[in-house]
Amino acid sequence: MLLTTIPIEKIIKEMNLEIITCSESETMDISTSDVNRPGLQFAGFFDYFASERIQVLGKVEMTYLQSMDPSFRQQQLERFFDYEFPCLIVSRNMDIPDYLLELAKKNKRCLFRSALSTSTLIEKLINYLGSALAPKITRHGVLVDVYGAGVFLMGESGIGKSETALELVKRGHRLVADDAVEIKKVADSRLIGESPELIRHFMEIRGIGIIDIKSMYGVGAVINNKPLDIVIYLEFWDNSKEYDRLGLTEEYTEILGVRLPKIVIPVRPGRNLAIIVEVAARNWRLKHLGYNAAQELDNRLNALIEKNREQ
Amino acid sequence: MINTDFKIMHEDGLSARPAALFVQVASKFDSRIWVEIDSKKVNAKSIMGIMSLGVGQDDEITIIIEGDDEENALKALTELIDSNFSRVPEV
Repeated sequence: MLLTTIPIEKIIKEMNLEIITCSESETMDISTSDVNRPGLQFAGFFDYFASERIQVLGKVEMTYLQSMDPSFRQQQLERFFDYEFPCLIVSRNMDIPDYLLELAKKNKRCLFRSALSTSTLIEKLINYLGSALAPKITRHGVLVDVYGAGVFLMGESGIGKSETALELVKRGHRLVADDAVEIKKVADSRLIGESPELIRHFMEIRGIGIIDIKSMYGVGAVINNKPLDIVIYLEFWDNSKEYDRLGLTEEYTEILGVRLPKIVIPVRPGRNLAIIVEVAARNWRLKHLGYNAAQELDNRLNALIEKNREQ
Repeated sequence: MINTDFKIMHEDGLSARPAALFVQVASKFDSRIWVEIDSKKVNAKSIMGIMSLGVGQDDEITIIIEGDDEENALKALTELIDSNFSRVPEV
């Protein structure tokens, strides 16, 4: 299974954990977003022990440990610590018994404590790990939220992606990221895009330089992240190329193995790209709701031809 | 395709001004050019992309160039980095 390295400092900050003891290592290798509560292992049952997961100790496990015969407990815990689990987290701010602390120190394992209740902690942990372990890629383009659709504008440098996005922002749509978009695969068919933190909501416009969209257009003009719904590829108008005139067949492109509808829009001076992108977003939403304009017109045409034939 | 590692010696790293020079030089070529650091890969012709990397002094970057004029692009970018961003090469 694929290992992802997460800086310990980051998980501590995100999950608001208190460090009880930790090895010298600054990172943690994790392969799964699942967690394990090791009650059965403490009882001596180690078959199918998910030792690759983060181990969470709740009230039940802790009370059980306290009730155990000390020598049997020591034996089971030693066996437990023989497995290379990523770390151990105690919930509910419970006191850490000395025997547990000593074993964690001896085995150079990280032991954290959280103030959250066990199920809340587990829920937060799975959410956080799911996002941290998701496959990621940085792509060149601009991501805009147009009528609620995540539109990813792609194309060569200088084609006018940023200018199009600026016009869209002016028309009331929201900018997610300009130029560099970090795309994360959060589920089998779902991609979320956001801006690298450093350049969030900044934009470069040739001839003007760097502008801050949030300061200029206000908080309503930006959004931090957005699922990707359609890819619009801008390219210089090529007279030798055939562009889609009907929209009956759909083209797709793949990002991180997820298929997204792709629209190629030829760019020519005087073409108002922002309006075309708006129309593409509206059309996508209509198709999403089950209405396909091209199909509808084709159906009407076929009905008329059929009628004329009968007469 | 060429893949070359560089160390950025400029004391400000690839902050706004050096980044702008870098993008200016890269944009003169038709080849597709990327800069990669810590598995983050961005288009070298995009100033926002380059700045989003937060490259500091002594950081190592990989420049990836693909296209017909890749040799010339590498030469120009090498010259720029070697001059510590003090001289923009003639293209």
